[in-house]
Amino acid sequence: MLAKRIIPCLDVKDGQTVKGTNFVNLRQAGDPVELGRMYSEQGADELVFLDITASHEGRKTFAEMVERVAANVSIPFTVGGGINSMEDVDRMLSAGADKISINSAALRRPELIDEIANHFGSQVCVVAIDARMDEQGWTCYLNGGRIPTERGLFDWAREANQRGAGEILFTSMNHDGVKTGFANEALARLSEELTIPVIASGGAGAKEHFRDAFTLGKADAALAASVFHFGEIKIPELKEYLSTQNITVRK
Amino acid sequence: MKVAIVKYNAGNIYSVIHALQRLGVEPVLTDDAETLRTADKVIFPGQGEASNAMQYLRERGLDEVIRSLKNPILGICIGQQLMCRHSEEGNVDCLGIFDVDVVRFQPQRHEDKVPHMGWNTLQEMNSKLFEGLKEEPYVYFVHSYYVPLCNDTAATTNYILPFSAAMHRDNFYATQFHPEKSGSIGEQILKNFLEL
Repeated sequence: MLAKRIIPCLDVKDGQTVKGTNFVNLRQAGDPVELGRMYSEQGADELVFLDITASHEGRKTFAEMVERVAANVSIPFTVGGGINSMEDVDRMLSAGADKISINSAALRRPELIDEIANHFGSQVCVVAIDARMDEQGWTCYLNGGRIPTERGLFDWAREANQRGAGEILFTSMNHDGVKTGFANEALARLSEELTIPVIASGGAGAKEHFRDAFTLGKADAALAASVFHFGEIKIPELKEYLSTQNITVRK
Repeated sequence: MKVAIVKYNAGNIYSVIHALQRLGVEPVLTDDAETLRTADKVIFPGQGEASNAMQYLRERGLDEVIRSLKNPILGICIGQQLMCRHSEEGNVDCLGIFDVDVVRFQPQRHEDKVPHMGWNTLQEMNSKLFEGLKEEPYVYFVHSYYVPLCNDTAATTNYILPFSAAMHRDNFYATQFHPEKSGSIGEQILKNFLEL
């Protein structure tokens, strides 16, 4: 049976991994390539590396890191952050990434999804969505959660699906960094409305939260950062736990 | 050991190169017939679209070269599909090494998402490629088309229905999954191929 995937996410700035709470207060957490290899050995199913550097120099460092990851890690990995054009996609895939994730660039110019899908195939195109829920419902945000848009989460996710996205990576800004569980209701609705896999992100604080993302949220994969980086949850123990809960995981 | 990777228009051969390098092999990427024929092992990797790939191979005469190889060759993903008779993807005649046609997954329930993407298990493993592996090992798949079960099936996986996760006939080997992305299991499979 197809296994539910556990995906550690590494935010990278100037060649080092960092992780914020609610997207601020960054803390250092090590060398991305070493961390990636360690996670792979522990049984992570995929890895995500997000470039949170703004500078041109930082971008170059990131591309070099992608090459080092590709040479050293034998599981699939996705790279995101600052991918705005087909040239950026080509550069990351050429550096050895298996998939790329696009976020703000896709909201600003949705045709980018069609172009990537047609040229490189849907399987490389992960559309990441940062959304926050308020009285109006779920709204998509740009630039790492800094700028609200007019787009609703479900409407945008359906459009991305139709345009050829291979997966949706949904981060709930309400839940991110709070460690009280994933946005399971929104996840379940995404899973029901879309024909592509949904990756849950934002809110992991305990093993039970992963179980709930897969059962209540019907997610295909769950992504987390700090709980893995600081060893609060260890991947082998998490997978052991999930299999006792009748969730199919790769061990 | 001389390992040649077939150079054609199917993306992401880097991961195959890196995986071989981790096993201590420095492969050559080539579309030269003589280099392919004289290599100890040939790898026919791929991600991409079947009809474009076939057109590219035909224009360069690589279809004949691959069909006539006598050394062990391993097709990966689209490589396996191109080694079959025909593909529904782009409705194209393929290399015809395996006497079976490639078809698209038809979802039966909402949970049946296409592409089949992620880690799934191998069953009924019946090839030297799988020597030394435990029961039902997990390997990594990304594909929307599949090879139905047939006489050349060397391992099966169940997604929507049981299909050919690996194939073998004479010197021709193939996997639908990506051994180069399947962690230590994939490494063992590649090692087994290199040691054939």
